[in-house]
Amino acid sequence: MRAVFKRELRAYFQGALGFVFIAVFYFFTGYYYFTYNLLGGTADFARLFAMLFSIVLFMVPILTMRLMSEDRSARTDQILLTAPVTRAGIVWGKYLAALCVYLLAISGTLVTALVTAAFTPPDWPVYLGNVLGLVLLGGALIAMCMFLSGLTESQVIAALLGFAATLFLFLTDALSTAFREPWLKSALYYLSFSKRYQPFTYGLLELSNTAFFLSIAALFLFLCSLTLEKRQAG
Amino acid sequence: MIQVRDLVKRYGDKAALNGVSFGIGAGEVVGLLGLNGAGKSTTMNILTGYLHMDSGSVKVGGFDLLSQPLKAKAQVGYLPEQPAFYGNMRVKEYLNFICDLRGAARTRAARRLHVDDICARVGLEGMQNRLVRNLSKGYRQRVSFAQALAGDPKVLILDEPTVGLDPSQIQDIRALVRNLGKERTVLISSHILSEISELCSRVLVLKEGTLVADDSPRSLAARTRQAHKARLRVQATLEEARAALEQAPGNPKIDSLGTLEEGTTELAFTLDRGLDARVEAFKALAKAGLPLLYTYGAEPSLEDIFLHLVGRAGEEEA
Repeated sequence: MRAVFKRELRAYFQGALGFVFIAVFYFFTGYYYFTYNLLGGTADFARLFAMLFSIVLFMVPILTMRLMSEDRSARTDQILLTAPVTRAGIVWGKYLAALCVYLLAISGTLVTALVTAAFTPPDWPVYLGNVLGLVLLGGALIAMCMFLSGLTESQVIAALLGFAATLFLFLTDALSTAFREPWLKSALYYLSFSKRYQPFTYGLLELSNTAFFLSIAALFLFLCSLTLEKRQAG
Repeated sequence: MIQVRDLVKRYGDKAALNGVSFGIGAGEVVGLLGLNGAGKSTTMNILTGYLHMDSGSVKVGGFDLLSQPLKAKAQVGYLPEQPAFYGNMRVKEYLNFICDLRGAARTRAARRLHVDDICARVGLEGMQNRLVRNLSKGYRQRVSFAQALAGDPKVLILDEPTVGLDPSQIQDIRALVRNLGKERTVLISSHILSEISELCSRVLVLKEGTLVADDSPRSLAARTRQAHKARLRVQATLEEARAALEQAPGNPKIDSLGTLEEGTTELAFTLDRGLDARVEAFKALAKAGLPLLYTYGAEPSLEDIFLHLVGRAGEEEA
């Protein structure tokens, strides 16, 4: 797992992807912090983190698009699957590398907290709850988009599949109002990432929401491993 | 070192491998032959753990590929038919990654020595800082060879190692395989049968997923030798030679092949099966007092053997 992790992490920064991803996050973090907090004169981070929710949804597919599809197109999966490494090791190595880049990208929020702290003490528990929510959201989305990347050889298609999936998650709230069937409403409500994420922005740490994001991540990492197994089955 | 029992692999309705069994001992260099679609790459992919088998068993270095996959895979270095690289990596970086994957030479000093040693073996000195994607095809093949050697695996599986290379590169790679074969078990597939004949002490022939031959090239030649045919060079005119050879038993058939040396005649001489054409030609010409300068027995090439085996297997099935 360590070898795969190191290679993937290095790959992000050998090209522009890692730097651009982090730069875009820093830009939007800075922009929203400036407009909501500095101009608004508030130490409340709820709006900043609520806006970052949509940025995460649309940026994660770009982060993950090459993770699995590149190995299929370049046939480097042969190198990985014939090495004495487990499938889970391969999947975790790639996942943790993407998660690391994501954590670096959202570290911009720490800068905003420190700048705020220079003027007035922020509500640290609420801030940390927000960060935890953003980490859990990103962790679940990275796993999901990484699985989608494993379904195709094309990085572009992998990104499009990721966008389609995140767009669906973005629209689940609106969709839930469009249906009358109670079971469908509750299913969409249950799947709604934004409803699961919102309590974190209020500083509420609910076990069910934490478990939801962790379960989504675990489910898609498992499916990713199954994708590799299916490829080995020919 | 490699034990394969009743290997079966199906792609949908088509059986790619149909109960293939063989064993390869330590230090053997074995060739795997077959027409396209015969199951060579499938066999190799299964032995390396890249593909799963439907049934059967594979042991590498005593480790079962199903129950102890990591230990079995650690014994094998694999050169795929199409070299696979992360193009944005440098040669040294790529080999370090493969060493990391295989858990080889963990300390920095040991790693540097190991990578330098591998590069020296495959002729990559001075290329370690080059980007893999910028290398020529021959050098990429060397990098692929180098990654197969990372971690000093006891078994090397080489899928078409010289395909697409120029003649000079082919010679280099063959010399490399010959050297590696002195200390490792090697299974090599190739379409170039002279290459297999030159490098391997044993040949496995696959046809439509079934093993149709498993023997040394010499034994296979003996099985397919056509002793009733010979090519002769006689110091005589065509008429003199023909008159003498027609006295031989077994319904002699004599065809002129022209003249390659002044004052001699080149002939194709065929008798009924069961007779040795070289012996009978010698006797008949000696009796007529005609000097026999050369006899070329019908020693089959590996191409002949291969086509004979594949063809005969086809007839038997029909």
